[in-house]
Amino acid sequence: MILAISTVSQGLLWALLALGVYLTFRVLDIADLTVEGSFPLGAAVAATLLTDGWSPIPAILIACIAGMISGVVTGILTTKLKIPALLAGILTMIALYSVNLRIMGKANLPLLKQETLFTMYQPEGLSMPVTVLLIGFIVVLFVAMINYWFFGTELGAAVRATGCNPRMIRANGINTDVMIVLGLLLSNGLVAISGALVAQNNGFADVGMGVGTIVIGLASVIIGEVLFGTRSFKNSLISVILGSIVYRIVIAVVLQMGMPPNDLKLFTAILVAAALSLPLLQAKIKKRSVQA
Amino acid sequence: MLRIDNIHKTFNPGTITEKHALKGVSIHLPPGEFVTVIGGNGAGKSTLMNSIAGTFPVDSGQIAIDGIDITRWAEHERAKFIGRVFQDPMMGTAADMMIEENLAIASRRGKTPTLRWSSKAEDQDRFRELLKSLNLGLEDRLESKVGLLSGGQRQALTLLMATMVKPKLLLLDEHTAALDPKTAEKVLNLTEKIVTERNLTTLMITHNMRDALKLGNRLIMMYDGKILVDVRGDEKKNLTVKDLLAMFEKAAGSELTSDALLLS
Ligand SMILES: Nc1ncnc2c1ncn2[C@@H]1O[C@H](COP(=O)(O)OP(=O)(O)OP(=O)(O)O)[C@@H](O)[C@H]1O
Ligand SMILES: [Mg+2]
Repeated sequence: MILAISTVSQGLLWALLALGVYLTFRVLDIADLTVEGSFPLGAAVAATLLTDGWSPIPAILIACIAGMISGVVTGILTTKLKIPALLAGILTMIALYSVNLRIMGKANLPLLKQETLFTMYQPEGLSMPVTVLLIGFIVVLFVAMINYWFFGTELGAAVRATGCNPRMIRANGINTDVMIVLGLLLSNGLVAISGALVAQNNGFADVGMGVGTIVIGLASVIIGEVLFGTRSFKNSLISVILGSIVYRIVIAVVLQMGMPPNDLKLFTAILVAAALSLPLLQAKIKKRSVQA
Repeated sequence: MLRIDNIHKTFNPGTITEKHALKGVSIHLPPGEFVTVIGGNGAGKSTLMNSIAGTFPVDSGQIAIDGIDITRWAEHERAKFIGRVFQDPMMGTAADMMIEENLAIASRRGKTPTLRWSSKAEDQDRFRELLKSLNLGLEDRLESKVGLLSGGQRQALTLLMATMVKPKLLLLDEHTAALDPKTAEKVLNLTEKIVTERNLTTLMITHNMRDALKLGNRLIMMYDGKILVDVRGDEKKNLTVKDLLAMFEKAAGSELTSDALLLS
C-alpha cells in the first residue's frame, strides 16, 4: 500500500516535468534539452534556500523563476542567435551543470533537518506518504488549471499557433520569437518546480539528478497520449499527468519483477524509442497490408 | 496605397547559387486596385510578394503602404496592414487548432495578444455568419480542427481570415494552384466577391492567363525579375491571351518565345 501511494505521489511530482516537456515537445514542437539542467537547477535553488532557512513556498517560487530564466536563455540562443533549438538546449543544460554546482557549493546537498513543503504542511494524523500524495495532487491540479487558463487566452493561443504553424501566426501579426521564448520560459519554470519538489521528497538535491529527465518526460507524454487521448488541450493536459503516474507504476512493476535499478534508464530509453517510432511502424504495416 | 520603388533582391549573394531575383521593381497601386500578376516560373513573382510581406528584407529600394515606409519592418509588424493567402493550403491556418480558434486569431490580426480569453461567446455568432457566407457548411463546424478540412475549404477559410480585419493590402500567391479545377473556380469566385465587395487593394499571382484577364482591373507580367507588361482599365478589359503573348514577345525579345508559350 505504502509502495502504491508513493508510486502515485512520485508520478504527481514528476508530472510537472512531464507538463513542461509537453509544452516544448508538443505545443512548441521543439525538443528542448534545457530540462536536463533546469530540473536539477530547481532542486539546487530550493535546497540551498531551504538550508539557508527560507520557508518552502518562497524557495519553490524562486526555483521556478530560476528555471524560467534558463528557459529564456535557451530561447534567446535559438531565436536571436539562430542556434538550432536542440543544440541551444544542450548548451544551456551543460552550462547549468556548473551553475548548479556553484549554487549548491557541492555535488549533493542533503535536506535532513530542514522543513520542506511536505513536513511544513503535513496535516495532523496524516502519514508522510499520504501527505506527499495530497500536496502533490493539489500542486499538480493548480498548475494544470493555470496552464489550461493560460493556453485559452489570446496570448496562449498565439503560443500554440506558433508551434503549429509559425508562418500563419506571423502573417497574423505575432512575433514568433517572443512566443518561443515565452513557451520555453513556462516549460522550464514547471520543470524547475518539479525538481524542487522531488528534491524535498527525496531529502536531497544532487547535481546529477537531471540525467535522463527529458526521456522520462517524453515517456510520460507519449504514454499519456496513447492511453488517454489528445482530443483537446484540456484532454492532453490530463493525459500527460496520468501518463507520468502510469510511467511510475510501470517502473515500480519492472523493479518489483527484479530488474536491476541501474538498467532503468536503458529501459526507459527503449520504451520511448519504441513509442516514438510507433506511428511510422503502424504506417508501414498499413502500407504492407494494403499492398498485399 | 502600395508604393514600391526600385527594389532589388539577390539570394545567396557571392555563392554559386547567387540569384538576382528582383532587378529594380517599381509599382504603385492606388486604393481599391485589383492587380493580377503573371509570369513564367522563376520570374520573381513570389519574391516580389514575399518582399512586400517582409518574409525577407530587400537589398535596396523602398516599400510603402499608405505613405508609411515599411521597408525595414519585420514580417509580423507588416501583418497589421497585409492579409495573405499562400499557395500551399496548409500554410495559412493552424491545423491542430479549431476553426473557431483560427478565426479568433485572425480577428485580432495586428493587435498585441492579451490575457483575455481567446474565443468569446459573442464572437461565435459573428464567426458563424462569416462562415455561412462561404457556402461550405463550415458554420456548424466551429469546433472542428482545421486539419480535417479539405484543401479548398482551408483556402476559403484562409481567405476569410486574411480579410477579417480589413487589410490595406491583400496578397494572393497562386492561392488556387493546389486545388482541383472545380474547387479552384469556387475559391476564385469567392476571391472576386470579397475583393470587390470590400474594395480591397489586391495583388494576385496566377499561372492561369484566363483568370488573370478575367479578374481585376490591372495586369502585370513579370519576367526575369522585372515588370515587363503593365496594362489597366479598358486596355486590360479588351486584352486576349493572344495579345498577351504578343506583348510578352515584343517586350522580352523574340528569342524568348518558348518561354512565352510556357505561359499559355
Ligand atoms: N529563398 C530563396 N533562396 C534562394 N533562391 C530563391 C529563394 N526564393 C526564390 N529564389 C529564386 O529566385 C527566383 C525567383 O523565384 P520566385 O519564387 O519569385 O519565382 P516565381 O515567379 O514565383 O515562380 P513560380 O511561378 O515558379 O512560383 C528563382 O530563380 C528562385 O529559384
Ligand atoms: Mg511563386
